[in-house]
Formats: sequence, C-alpha cells, structure tokens
Amino acid sequence: MAVSINWLKKYVDIPWTPRELAHNLTMAGIAIEGVEAINGDSVMELDLTPNRGDCLGMINLAREVAALQHTEVKIPALNIRENQEKIDDYIKVEIADPDLCLRYAARMVKNVQIKPSPEWLQTCLVNSGIRPINNVVDITNFVMLETNQPLHAFDYDLLSEAKKILVRRAVDGEKITTLDEVERTLDQDMLLITDNGRPVALAGIMGGQNTEIGEETVNMLLESACFHGVGVRKTSRKLALRSDSSIRFEKGSDINGLLYALNRAADLIQKLAGGEVVQGICDQYPDPKVPQTITLRPQRVNNLLGINLSNADIKGYIEDLKFPVREDNGNLMVYVPTYRPDIELEADLIEEVARLHGYDKIPASLPAAASRGGLTPYQSFKDKVRELMARTLYEVMNYSFISPRYFDMLGVPEDSLLRTTVKVANPLSEEQSVMRTLLLPGLLETVSRNLARKNNHLAFFEMGTVFFPQDNELPREELKLGAVVAGRQETNWLKQNVEMDFYYLKGILENFLLQLGIENPKFVADAKMPYHPGRCARIIYQGRELGVIGEIHPQVRQNFDIKVRVCGLELDADLLFTLTSPRHMMESITRYPAVERDIAVLLREEIRSDEVVEAIKASGGSLLQKVNLFDVYAGDRVEAGYKSLAYRMLFQSGERTLTEAEVNQFMEGIMTALKEKLDITLR
Amino acid sequence: MIDRLLQLRQATEEAVRKVNDIEALNEIKVKVLGRKGELTNLLRGLKDLSGESKVEAGKTANDIKNILENMIEEKASDIKTREMERKLLEERIDVSLPGLPLQTGGLHPISRVTREIQNIFIGMGFAVAEGPEIESDYYNFAALNVPKDHPARDMQDTFYISEDILLRTHTSPVQVRTMEKVAPQIPVKIIVPGKVYRKDDDATHSPMFNQVEGLVIDEHITFGDLKGTLMMFAHQIFGEDVKVRYRPSFFPFTEPSAEMDISCVICKGDGCRVCSHTGWLEILGAGMVHPQVLINGGYDPEKVSGFAFGMGIERIAMLKYGINDLRLFFDNDKRFLTQF
Repeated sequence: MAVSINWLKKYVDIPWTPRELAHNLTMAGIAIEGVEAINGDSVMELDLTPNRGDCLGMINLAREVAALQHTEVKIPALNIRENQEKIDDYIKVEIADPDLCLRYAARMVKNVQIKPSPEWLQTCLVNSGIRPINNVVDITNFVMLETNQPLHAFDYDLLSEAKKILVRRAVDGEKITTLDEVERTLDQDMLLITDNGRPVALAGIMGGQNTEIGEETVNMLLESACFHGVGVRKTSRKLALRSDSSIRFEKGSDINGLLYALNRAADLIQKLAGGEVVQGICDQYPDPKVPQTITLRPQRVNNLLGINLSNADIKGYIEDLKFPVREDNGNLMVYVPTYRPDIELEADLIEEVARLHGYDKIPASLPAAASRGGLTPYQSFKDKVRELMARTLYEVMNYSFISPRYFDMLGVPEDSLLRTTVKVANPLSEEQSVMRTLLLPGLLETVSRNLARKNNHLAFFEMGTVFFPQDNELPREELKLGAVVAGRQETNWLKQNVEMDFYYLKGILENFLLQLGIENPKFVADAKMPYHPGRCARIIYQGRELGVIGEIHPQVRQNFDIKVRVCGLELDADLLFTLTSPRHMMESITRYPAVERDIAVLLREEIRSDEVVEAIKASGGSLLQKVNLFDVYAGDRVEAGYKSLAYRMLFQSGERTLTEAEVNQFMEGIMTALKEKLDITLR
Repeated sequence: MIDRLLQLRQATEEAVRKVNDIEALNEIKVKVLGRKGELTNLLRGLKDLSGESKVEAGKTANDIKNILENMIEEKASDIKTREMERKLLEERIDVSLPGLPLQTGGLHPISRVTREIQNIFIGMGFAVAEGPEIESDYYNFAALNVPKDHPARDMQDTFYISEDILLRTHTSPVQVRTMEKVAPQIPVKIIVPGKVYRKDDDATHSPMFNQVEGLVIDEHITFGDLKGTLMMFAHQIFGEDVKVRYRPSFFPFTEPSAEMDISCVICKGDGCRVCSHTGWLEILGAGMVHPQVLINGGYDPEKVSGFAFGMGIERIAMLKYGINDLRLFFDNDKRFLTQF
C-alpha cells in the first residue's frame, strides 16, 4: 500500500525525514519497501505482515509513529448536524446470518450534490493510488484509507419501496452484477446485502450496479459494517475478486471503530457534498465485542527476551501504544483496544515491548545447555553417497513433480506400480502434475537439455525422494539414487577418451558399491523398459534387488530427443543403507609371495563370464585369492559361436611359500572343473 | 724393469683418458690389469730379480696397479654419470602438455551449502532432523497456529494433494513432529534441511526450493539466545566482518518474531542492486516459539521456552556464489554445475 507522508502528518507530528521515518518504522516491524517523491509529497510503500492489517488505516499507522516518539495522535473531530427526521423512518436492517455479518450500521444522507471532490482530497487519493470518481465515492474511499473501515454508499432512491436491508447468505446460483459490470454467480457460502429479495451488494467485497451512486443521486444510504474475515476471504477467492474493502475485512477490521468511520464520512459528505444527515444510526450489533484485558508479567518479559527492564519501563512502552494499563500485584493488566486484533496473548504484548524497546538493544547470548549434535547413521550414509558419486558424476536437482506423459515416453508397462502416482490437485501445469515415482525422467531431461545446448560428455547423478500413494495415509516416500552417462569422455591428446557406455557406468557403480562395503553384487541380465533389452541388468546383493542398470532403449532416447547412446541406473537408496557395512576388521597382510597364473580359455559364446569365475573359484582351492578377467576375444581367430576369455589367478598362503608343483595341481583342478561343468578348454 | 712399469703406466693413463665408453674402458682394464694383462705379465718378471731392485720394483708395480685401478674406476663412474645425463636429456618431455584428464564430478551447490550450514550448526551442538515432503495440513499449518482460511496462508501458496494432504510449504512441520517425539525431554536442538514447495513460478520464485529450519527448546531460552546463535551462524557462513540486524516480523508460529538482515555481502553495506540500495539483505526469519506451538508439541510454555528459525538455502547459495538467477539451480546446465 502507498502512504502519503503529507497526509499522515495530519494525524501525527513527524520530526524525521521520509527516509528516517521509513527506517524507524521498518525497525519497529512496519516494513517500508521504498520511499518515492511525488508532487511535493513523499510516498512510502508499505509491505505489511498479515497480522498488521490495521496499519492499512492512516490513523493506526499514525499511532505507530506516535508510539515511537512517545507523542499523541490527532484524531479528526466530528461535527455532524442532524436534521429532525428519524433514520427508522427511512430504513430497516436485519441480519439473517450473524456468523458472517457481525455488525451492520447505516446512516441516511439526503440531498447530496454529486460533483468532483476538492483538490486536497483528490491529491490524497491519487498519492495513495486510488482514482478519484466523485465527492461521495471519494469520501468513502478517503475514510476507508483513514480509518481502515471499508464503507459503501447506496443510491437510496434505487432501493425498492420496502426500504429494508436484509443481510443473508446467497442461494446457490443467485446472481449479482457488481460495480465492475461483471455478472457473478454465487453460492450459499457467500454473503449478500439484499433489498426486497434483490442482491444490492456482495458483502464486504463490492457493491451492486443496481444501486450505484451516480450523477443523478440525491439521497444515499451509507453502510459501515463488520463482516467475518474468513467468510469474505473465501468468497473473494472463489470469485477471484479482491478489493480494497475485502483485503481489509480479511485482515480484520475494528468492529468497535465502525461508527466513527460512518460518522466521519457523514460529516465530510455534509461539508463537501452539501448533504443533510438524518438523525440517528441504524445499528445492528447482535453480539457486542468486549475488548480483552491481558495480564503481562514483567518477569516473563525479561525472562523471554533476556533483558532486564523495570516495571515502569515496560508500562511505559504499553502506554506509548495508548493501551490503558494498570498494575495489579506486580503484574500489568493491559486493556487491548479492538483496533489491534493481532494482540491476543501475553506473548503478543511481549513482542510489542520488544519492538518498541528495539530488537537491536537486546543483548546477544548463547543457549547455556550443552548438547550433542551430529548426524544419524542414515544421514551420514546419505552424505557419503553424495560424496562418492560426486567423485565422477555431477549432482543435479530436478523437480519432484513431473508430467504423467513421461511414463509413456519411458515405455513403462500399463500395469506397473510406477504409474500409480500421487497427483497434485492444483498443479501449475500438466507438466508438473504428478509426483515422481522414479528419477530417470528428470535425469533424461537433463541430458536432453544439455545436449541441445551443445554440452557434451555428460555424467550426472541425483539422489531424491519418490512418492507412492497409500490409502488414508501420507504417501510413502522412498529415497532413490539415479545416474546417467552419455557420450565419450572429453577428447585429450593421450587418446584415453573412452566411451561412457554400459561398462563405464557399471565400473562407477561397482566402485561406488565397494566403497559402501557391498562386494561382488550380481548383475542379472534383464529386459526391462526403459532399457535396451540386451543391455540391462538387475543388481542383486544378498538376494535383494538394489536396482537396475542399463543402456536406455533407442526408442526412449528418441522420445527424449537424445541422439547419442545414454546409460542409466536407478538404485533403492534406503535398501542400500540397510546393506552397507561400513566397519570391518583389517585382514593381516601375508609375508609369503603370491603366485600368478594366466589362462586363456575357449568357450561357447552364451556362457557368461560370471559362470566361469564362479567355477574357477569353486575349484581353485582355499589359497586362490583373486580371479581377474583381463581379455575378451571373439573373432576370426576363434571358431564361430565361441569366444576366448583370459583370466589371471593369484594364489597365496598366509603360512608358507607355495611350490610350483602345488600351484600346477590347483590349475589342473581348475581346468578339469571348467571342462566338466562348462565344456571349456584351454586355448 | 722400473722403466717398463713407468712406460706402461703412462701409456695406460693416456689410453684411459682418451676412452669414452664403458666397453673400451673394460678392454683396457683387461689388457693391463687382467690375469693375462701387461702389468700382470711384468709382475711375473719380478721373480727374476733379487735384493734391493726386487723390493723397489715390487713396490713400484703395486703403486702403479693401485693408481691405474683407481683411475679406471673413476673413469668408469664418469662415463656412467655422463651416460645417465645423456639418457635423461633424451627423455625430456613437454611439461606444459595437459595431464591425463581423470573424470571428475561435483556436488550441486545446494548440497554444498546445505552441508556447510549443517556443519556450522552441528558445531554448535545441533542434531539434524528430517520429515516427509508430503505433509498433512495439521503439521504444515494447523499445529503451527495457522488454521484453515487464516490470512497467513496467503504467505504460502500451497500445492494440495487432497483437502488434508499437501506438499509441505516449509520445513517447519518437522518442529512439531520432533517435539511430539521427544517431549518432555530437553534440550531440543535440531536443524531440518529439506525440499519445500510453493505454488509460485517466476524469476524470483521456484515451485520447489530448499530450506533449513532450526528449533531450540530448553529452560530459560531467550530472544538473546536466538540473536547470539544466528549471529554466530551469519559470521561463520558469510565472514566475521558481516553486520547483523534484527527487525520485528510476523510468523504465526513464533511470537515475538524477527527477520534477520545481514550487511550486503556484495557492496559491504554501501547500497547496490542486489540489496535494493538499502545496504541490507534479508536472509532468515526467526522468533520465539509461540506458546500454542509448544503446547501442540507437548511442552508446557510456562516451564520451557524456545526459538525457531528458517532460511532459504538458494538465497544463501546465491549470495555466497554470486548466482543471479534462481532458475539456474534446477536447470542443471553442465556449465553451471561444473563451477562448484
């Protein structure tokens, strides 16, 4: 909201420059975003917190300024000359829904002359960002800005003969055309001002066109009411219609201040529009609100703030706010005026004391008690995972919501649980409308976007949550770890720019798992979308599936507009955590020499390397320490349908030096077993 | 005899001086000092002499043998040194050629800053707590003093899953979750990092971002403790020369509430575009835990008090690294990610 400082000065003396005023208010919790010089005036832009809606009124803002310098506010005096007629002869008001309309007051002003407002009034409005219309409408706006109480004026002669206002809920489907010339369809949660069955205003939000003040208006009915903030807020949201009035009701208006605003407006209309004010106010106030008295314990103030103020100091700050206060047994009994609905508890008063004293004057200290901080094992694990992955891959962060079309793009089977998503009821767009159940879409988008920008040699990982719905409960959240690689390593003169293919990613994965204490997981061939059916494996460890690794299916790549081969993996990070074994005892290092033996074997193409290794390990005896594949060959030099694999074996004893003869014997055992089990021969 | 010995010495010395490779030197060694060498032959002639001259010639022959042996040894060592030098020279490489580029990766700046913030608070005795990203309305709002239709909900536009389930709009739900778990134990000292969601998407807002929440509950916790703790944090993360100020603010779950500003890290407080020429940057919200929130968590506000705070990690990262566009964090451009 824009606040004219010239206007504000009508209610309080301001000894400061506009900049100082802005600073002092900001440091007292009334945030000023900026000050601008306009037409010899300075205008402050207010950025109010939701609890201080009262400061949308100039008088209330002036109270803040006065409190900061221990002075008084000047509230305009009223001087209404009523005629002899009685308001009751002009209008009756009934409130049918007192839960939504807490108070309704009206005054009758006759024989007004509609014309432009005087210049001073127009300036006030213009500098506050409101367009002047005519004297009567301008006065209602002026008084609203002054008192924070929204007002509304009806053309009395456009009301029906019955001259009876009924404040009631709308019926479903009822319609009203508001002042902005839009016809609005209502429901039964919305409150209306009606006249003889006909809606004439959308309570607290906007008047109806049918009773609008215009050039021809002679007699007018002036409304000053208090509508339930939540009710106004709901209606305003549903209709997407916010007004200066609705904003004020939402934040809470002063139910006991509305008569002053009504009288202030009548007074100004009399002065500036030559109106004749009818005697009396029609005031329906079914359940009058009694201002509350809050006990403020000075000891509590000091204990909570960590300062040492005297009772008199504290009382002084409360008195600066003009809240009546008396002492009672060492405590302060504070009477809170209804224009400050934000103050409900002792804690609220403590904040008032703190902010008037100045937050910066409260001495800084540290909590006294010692405590043990740190990470839980699970949190340390997550840190470690990130650190290990970040050795070779760059971490990315994608949105948790994705487009449902990704499941088709990935070729996820129709009956897959991955398609059972948690849906956002009010997404920003369809593209962000379901919570992800896997990380790959985000990772593949990341690859695609980078390639489009000519960023090559891509290697990324992400650790993040995926979500699955659960009946009558919060969704199940699981932590996943995903990675993708695409392209070759960066070109270099040493020509060691290997292609980042399946085995490259598998190498990163194996190394990573080893660091977590997961040795020799099994890679079981699989043919799952979105992976290449011949280049995909489930990763099994201790009988549990850690996840899947594979080259991305060419069709899927195409769906993501990726031209190069991409490999990806996705692991169950929570399962990984339960399987890691971070601590193990050292194995002693033997001083006896190791013996190495190489063999190249010839075998049928379909036999997997891990079958060979298993057979070697099973037959090599307890002194066989290591089996390492170091060559794979299939081509002209071996028979079609066959391949050659070469292994290096390491034998070592912790107790003695091994003899040639012994090792020869182990090797014979191995070859016999290979021949028997897998029909493998030496090459 | 002695003449012949001296002649041999002279001839050998000359030959050794001229020789340049180890093989030729060895040949000389064999030719003179070997079992059938010239000196050995001469020595054999000693037995034909007698008396004084035998003693004298023997001594001379021995001296010459020692001298020549030493000389050849020295020469051999010289040649080896020179050969080594030549070989090393040959092996010279262009040290300016780039090294083998090993594949490296890196943490996302958000992870990096989160860890830094975490470590600072762990150093002050805080534990780390976590909670679900999809929350109930109760923990996200109601338990924090924000009933349905409260105007404060306008501060945080919410993504809903259903009427009562939503994407958490802040990490604050973990406050009450933690209290429920540990009450009435004290002290409570936790921070809560995590993703949060708000229905907002423009140059300065992302529908997903990261926060760190903090909560301290104990007997006699004061607003001064809040100030001191957060000041220490600000100095550790932005440097000791950073100035800190607190302004009153409003959060439904704290009372009194405060906003912490630091002197602008870009212009050092002189005023620039980043701080909107105020010299100050708002970096976190905080306050004394509202008594109703303590009650909701199972604590008696007459017996304990506490403070809470929350900050956006992106904001801290932007200031630390001079990142000027929030959207870069979730765009995952390699040229961005490789800078941290």
